[in-house]
Amino acid sequence: MPSLGSGMDVGRILEWYVQPGDEVERGQIVALVETDKANIDVEIFTDGVIAELLVEAGVKVPVGTPLARLADLGTEVATPAAKEGQPAVEPAAEVPAPTSLVTSPIVRRLAERTGVDLHAVHGTGRGGVITRHDVEEAAAAQRPTPPAPAAPAGDGHRASPYARRLAAERGLDLSEVAGSGPGGAVLAEDVEAAATTGVRPSPAAGPPPARTAPGEVAAPPAAAATTAPADTGPATDRGQAMRQAIARAMERSNREIPHYHLGETIDIESTLGWLAEVNADRPPAERLLSAVLFIKATALALRRSSDLNGYWVDGAFHPGDGIHVGVAINLRRGGLLAPAIRNADERSLDELMAALKDLVERTRAGGLRGSELTDPTITVSNLGDSGVDTIQGVITPPQVAFVGVGRITPRPWAVDGMLAVRRTVYLGLSADHRASDGHRGARVLTAIADHLRRPETL
Amino acid sequence: MTTDELRDVVLDALTRIAPETDPATLGPGEDLRDELDLDSMDELNLITALCQRLRIDIPEGDYPQLRTLDGAVAYLERRVSAATA
Repeated sequence: MPSLGSGMDVGRILEWYVQPGDEVERGQIVALVETDKANIDVEIFTDGVIAELLVEAGVKVPVGTPLARLADLGTEVATPAAKEGQPAVEPAAEVPAPTSLVTSPIVRRLAERTGVDLHAVHGTGRGGVITRHDVEEAAAAQRPTPPAPAAPAGDGHRASPYARRLAAERGLDLSEVAGSGPGGAVLAEDVEAAATTGVRPSPAAGPPPARTAPGEVAAPPAAAATTAPADTGPATDRGQAMRQAIARAMERSNREIPHYHLGETIDIESTLGWLAEVNADRPPAERLLSAVLFIKATALALRRSSDLNGYWVDGAFHPGDGIHVGVAINLRRGGLLAPAIRNADERSLDELMAALKDLVERTRAGGLRGSELTDPTITVSNLGDSGVDTIQGVITPPQVAFVGVGRITPRPWAVDGMLAVRRTVYLGLSADHRASDGHRGARVLTAIADHLRRPETL
Repeated sequence: MTTDELRDVVLDALTRIAPETDPATLGPGEDLRDELDLDSMDELNLITALCQRLRIDIPEGDYPQLRTLDGAVAYLERRVSAATA
């Protein structure tokens, strides 16, 4: 069971998308996992063949518990019983997993001896470090377990819960809708597109749609019920679980991270004028939100200040393998998630806008991938949307920085020695003093401001 | 399109955008963003949905006129009649 963000202790397999004998490739979605925060599509971290599923659907297990046995590609997987001593692996933990690292050679040797894959172990030590005890527990957990029943045969289609709801409303058969999501999953926009192009409606209370394409795995009706959108789950349970998960992550942040906070209010009048001009010629569906300007400016500023972009793990800073901006997305039922837009510095504003729309929809309706929650190398929060002027953010461990954007508001402003009224915005930077100093942080903040003042650089 | 029909169009769009909420309980003059906890992305999705449904354009500068249910319905009445005139 991978850690899908800090604050996660346990996860429940809602659905397996693969069965023993299936070939999988790195990044493929193999299971749907329920966490305290949301239902997440979990990807596998390497190529191989599923030899055995160790945890059956519906079962809740601690982070670090092996979920499946994986064999090398080309291996005959005739029986569900896996070979003894073969290391258990778990999907989705990126290698190296930022939340689970080992320092002690003793622990490493113990892991080798017991055949424990350290990437699959959840570190409970300080800073997420894997302790001897963690390895012993993992070794105990991977001792032969009764073979799990095969994944339920798919007779429906992969679709986001919102897409399912839309399809039901429009009387569409999901099997008739071409999916553009991960693994061919049907997204809400696919349903909308199908609805407008006039796909044949399904019988109102017909049987679940038949499986049509190989590799397309589906939620059987029962599973579909359990994979209701995050937002409409049992409100109080999910709400409380979300609160607990946030509490754990934030306690850890305030306990471990020596924050420093910097802030600057900038005149953004001309940039907003530029944005209004860009949007004036576009239909609403293609308009940009100011949020993408803040995301892009932050990403560009980090190109020259890599010590604020990455993770603090195991007593040392590890730079990110790209600039993956986590975007804080509020959930109306309470709580928030901050999934990543990968390589945000390399994307155009239009690409960022499309990515942001997609993330917001999937965060609220379901369909986030595990890597999206563990990838962020920095977080940007646009709380100004909620009407506040300033933010002093709390960093999400193991990240080392957080950029908060306040409300865009007109203020009296000195321009060329005269008093003017300009639209302004507060930019706040919270950073981990272990990884960087205020001087470096100040340079990042002024670089963000500089990009925002010159939108042609975005 | 009648005022009531336009009101239904707005409520329907809001229900899709914020399925966790019940727009039917909205007061006519209440701020949609505050009452339904909408952010700027929701607002853009609402505008997009209304434009596609009613085949009109809503310039960015007009967004503030759609901050309340009554305001939105009144604005859309003007736009729709202008578009069909």
